[in-house]
Amino acid sequence: MADRSLKLKNNALFLDATDFEILRALQEDSRQTYMAIGKRLGIAHSTVFERIKKLEHNEVIKRYTTLIDSEKTGSKSITAIMSVYTDPKATEKVAGRLAQFPEVLELYACISEELLIMAKISAADQESLHAFIANSVAPLPGVLRIRTSVVTKRFKETQLSITSESKGVHL
Amino acid sequence: MSSETNRVLKTVPREKAFYFFTSIGNYTGISALSLKEFMEKINAVNAKSLEFHLYRGDFEKWITEVLEDGELAGEIRRIQKFNLTGDILRNQVGAAVTRRFKRLSKV
Repeated sequence: MADRSLKLKNNALFLDATDFEILRALQEDSRQTYMAIGKRLGIAHSTVFERIKKLEHNEVIKRYTTLIDSEKTGSKSITAIMSVYTDPKATEKVAGRLAQFPEVLELYACISEELLIMAKISAADQESLHAFIANSVAPLPGVLRIRTSVVTKRFKETQLSITSESKGVHL
Repeated sequence: MSSETNRVLKTVPREKAFYFFTSIGNYTGISALSLKEFMEKINAVNAKSLEFHLYRGDFEKWITEVLEDGELAGEIRRIQKFNLTGDILRNQVGAAVTRRFKRLSKV
């Protein structure tokens, strides 16, 4: 069985330029074949296969997913950005609880003038959004106040692009 | 104390508290766990919050379903019909809640 561990250097996985090129190709289209990626990079498809398996094994590639244009599915759901101001001692617990709700799509702890949690929320409509925040978020111990903005237009939605200038992935 | 007084003046768990918002999803950080706290917070909260909740029927719903006080809910519903705003609205809601609280406290 092939050794699928990537070399470690200073507690970071060492990825070379070819690994980054493969990641970039997969970010553009994760359904393309090993053959197509190999042809594009000028390397054998077996090399592409082996490197992708290593990247998966080391969880550099966490999963393959689908970016859906929800407007084209006919979905009437709304998206909102919610800022939750918290007692600093309760931030971790509040974030942990919020992470369990299916309405919460993304969740971050941020430092601004105050410590706050920011979350991207999805709800069927404005009334459902309000009910979720009033019944499930506001009552959480440590929540000081909440500001919410409903998204009216999406100008861009993508993931961070992998570049060959990246030095490595820290564990 | 009568059972009605006990029921209406009870302190509720935080998941049943009234949370004051100023608009959809914008929570002020002010909440009330009882009729007494509700009466006090009416004077502390932004008048926009009172307008937001009164005309959505949130006060009436909470007083009916959580405090189980049909009489005060009826008073709130009556105030709702006058389309009041700002401090005039605050005074009307505040007076109705205070009257009810004082009457129950005396029993």
